[in-house]
Amino acid sequence: MSGPRRIRLPEHTVEIVSDAGEGAQKAAIAFAQLCAKAGNGLWTVEIIPSEIRPPPHTTGSASGNRIRLAERSRVTNAGNRANVVLAFNEMALLSRLQAQSLADGVLVLIDDQWATHDMEQYQRSYREVLDQCRAQGAKIIEVPLERETLRYVEDAQRGKNMFAVGILCALYSKEPSVLEGVIRDIFKDKSSEVVEVAVELAHAGYQYGVTHLDECFEITATPTDVPKVAMNGNTALGLGAIAAGFELCSMYPITPATSASHALSEVFEHLGGFVHQAEDEIAAIGVAMGASYAGKTALTITSGPGMALKTEFQGLAVMTETPLVIVDVQRGGPSTGLPTKIEQSDLLHAIYGAPGDAPKVVIAPSTIEECYYILSVARKIAEEFRMLVIVLSDANLATGQQLFDRPDMSKTPQRAPLDLSPVPPGTLPYDWDPTTGLSQRLIPGQPGGMGVTTSLNHDRDGKACYDSERNQRGHAMRSRKLAALQQTLNRPTVHGAAEGDLLLVGWGSTRGAIEEAVDMARSEGLSVSSVHIQFLSPLPPGLKDIFTRFQRVITVELNYSDDWDDPLITEENRRYGQLAWLLRAATLLDIDCFAKVPGRPYMPVELVDEVKRILGSQQSIEPSAPPHAATQGAQP
Amino acid sequence: MITSLAKESLLEVCELDTHTLDDYESERPRWCKGCGDHGVLAALQRVLRKNNLEPENVVAVSGIGCSSRLPHYLKTYGFHGIHGRALPISTGVRLARPELPVITIMGDGDCFSIGGNHWLHAIRYNINAVVLVLDNEVYALTKMQASPTTPDGWKTNTTPQGTYLHPLNPLSAVMGMTNVSFLAQTATWLPAHLDETIEKAWDHKGLSFVRILQRCPVFMPTAFGEGGLNFPVVFLEHEEGIPVHPLLRKRGEAQAHNHRDINEAQRVAVTVDPAPMGLLYQNPDVPTYEEIRWQRTDRLDRQTFLERLDAEMDRYTVS
Repeated sequence: MSGPRRIRLPEHTVEIVSDAGEGAQKAAIAFAQLCAKAGNGLWTVEIIPSEIRPPPHTTGSASGNRIRLAERSRVTNAGNRANVVLAFNEMALLSRLQAQSLADGVLVLIDDQWATHDMEQYQRSYREVLDQCRAQGAKIIEVPLERETLRYVEDAQRGKNMFAVGILCALYSKEPSVLEGVIRDIFKDKSSEVVEVAVELAHAGYQYGVTHLDECFEITATPTDVPKVAMNGNTALGLGAIAAGFELCSMYPITPATSASHALSEVFEHLGGFVHQAEDEIAAIGVAMGASYAGKTALTITSGPGMALKTEFQGLAVMTETPLVIVDVQRGGPSTGLPTKIEQSDLLHAIYGAPGDAPKVVIAPSTIEECYYILSVARKIAEEFRMLVIVLSDANLATGQQLFDRPDMSKTPQRAPLDLSPVPPGTLPYDWDPTTGLSQRLIPGQPGGMGVTTSLNHDRDGKACYDSERNQRGHAMRSRKLAALQQTLNRPTVHGAAEGDLLLVGWGSTRGAIEEAVDMARSEGLSVSSVHIQFLSPLPPGLKDIFTRFQRVITVELNYSDDWDDPLITEENRRYGQLAWLLRAATLLDIDCFAKVPGRPYMPVELVDEVKRILGSQQSIEPSAPPHAATQGAQP
Repeated sequence: MITSLAKESLLEVCELDTHTLDDYESERPRWCKGCGDHGVLAALQRVLRKNNLEPENVVAVSGIGCSSRLPHYLKTYGFHGIHGRALPISTGVRLARPELPVITIMGDGDCFSIGGNHWLHAIRYNINAVVLVLDNEVYALTKMQASPTTPDGWKTNTTPQGTYLHPLNPLSAVMGMTNVSFLAQTATWLPAHLDETIEKAWDHKGLSFVRILQRCPVFMPTAFGEGGLNFPVVFLEHEEGIPVHPLLRKRGEAQAHNHRDINEAQRVAVTVDPAPMGLLYQNPDVPTYEEIRWQRTDRLDRQTFLERLDAEMDRYTVS
């Protein structure tokens, strides 16, 4: 058989990058769907500039996607350095080199128009960047994206992405007929003219690929009987909110949270609820608060800066014991920070960010599948405990796509009808159980339950009071609910052996990368395990017992910590990763952290490197052991 | 036989459905003696009784400030929230439970300053609620700081040499907003006018915005011409507006005003001296936000809901 030589692989990671607006993201979506339809497991991550149309042909303009596809149906993270990159220009390629996102022997497919471009400057930078790639061992295939596309359309900007996805279809030995179906589906709202050109270009790209490529890859899929869905974390949150029985999501636009509200807005009215776009972040939570107070637990979705604006209302929710759910899709901070990129820096803010002592529940999904289910959990806790529940997602989950089992509708929680049955006059609005702090909520419309719900300190009768005894009691009752919830939680399971040299502790979207790193390290004979924490407030039981079975415990987080080697950093002033702060306080163990702010997910390989580095310099977590700083020679 | 049945059922109707003022009273108000808040509370209780509302079906929402304590003294469901945010909470209640009448009570600092953004947008949403701003032209609970409506040159603890800016005119601000559907002004020293204004607001479907002038007897005792004694007002008169009783005419002149004419209302809204009292504007045809949202939202039984959600999953199903 003619055509390229096929190389079978268990998995591969591909990046597709263009200038913003050139359609690399669309190409990637089509390619990902093509792989998903073939049954490959996958995880995709968006590469997004912060501006809509940044200056073209610059590294800041690179926009696209990373796609990890595998034989196995379950892929839990974005993988390591990319094996293949398809770039529309050399600056987009350079941005991926600078991000250290490409493997040394990466296969580069790049549009060859720049080699002979009218602009001398582009010709030069094209040569320079390709030389740099070659020096790092890259294999380069120049492809006529622009030239070939111009044979079908007048404006190559509108079409070369389809030619590109055709080439990828050939490169990964996929079925062009399936690709055609995917493209027809993606462009179903466009005119038939647009659709036909897109299909034609994809076929042309495919033909170009099978004719010109020397070799291609084949990643076969593991057949499965269980139907799978592929979606990103924000869509999963949106559909999960509907499944959880929410009827109102009140929000204000903020990256990277907004697409969850887009997903909701698209279908919510058809499914019995709606999204209210409020005038600001404060009003967004205020409206949700009003709905919750009125008996219909509502949801607000935001990101870090919005969380900051919502803190006063969070205190109000806690004080009035109004069930409420906030989703914080975290991004890089502080301030506007890195709006489109991942960070896990809102943990302590979520737990402690509110005036006064305000106990809240904070939970974090660790996969896109969990994004779908977590809002049912959040709502149940919010209502049964009359508490504010914060769900910490992040930009990685938000825009990444993962394949998971199609949710079983019969397991969708029941939506309880509003209970407006009369209560005896004098029924207390905060009839706290002294052990658990739990009480039955009264809802407007319930005869006999009239009274004011106040932000002031109050006692069981709900009336404002200012004396020490009743202030202490109110605090105790609100706090005790957290303890009551904690008693119901399961001890987390350890991934790997239950004891050993090193335990990695993670939370949120880093789970897949951590567990994969643990598996890689263990296969090399290293004694490392991991544990993932889904409940951040309250923390689950058994942590100290789990930790003390390991020589060292280190958190892996995408937030800032001072490095021991940084100037001025001592044992006394070092700032730890946020989960490490919590765990150190909760367990009195000398827990260290690998906490950085790269603005991208951790790659399993870099975690393996860190594991090796740590295990090369053994330390113990026993409090009596010499602290890390002392051995680093830091000044006391 | 028939007579006795009718008598019995009449009695039953009377017993079940008639409320007295006591039914809307909870604890004794803790406002200062002479504070206008007392009068507004009483007027609200009267309008609830007049409409014979079940106390459990009414929600009073407030922010923070002296006047925002009002829900504590009204025996309905009440929500005494945080400074400036009464309107978002009211909007949430209306969206979730459109069957519950909502009264929103704010002060001038609460509504016009810290809650300014919510104020403007609430008028545009036009939720169906009675929105009362009890405007004493000063921050009183925090002990006399200038508010957006503090008169020119007045000395307060934050403006010891006198205020720097002209006071904000809430009426012209409201009349400048899209979707305004009801605007009235009244004062606590005109109890009958206050009662009738609140009643009118209650009967309006949409956001009934009422600015109530009231003197703070402690920090601004000389405001509003010593609490209305020497305060120039003009009463807006229309057969469907707030009645101008003969006694009122001693306080100020009456002026014919068509509250259906937005241009006329805007013109009147910008005049501050004499202060226009009565119904400035009413348009009963502006749709309410909750109406718009629920009209476009399907109400589903569980089976249909699950079927539709399942169908939604088809879009994402790949294998």
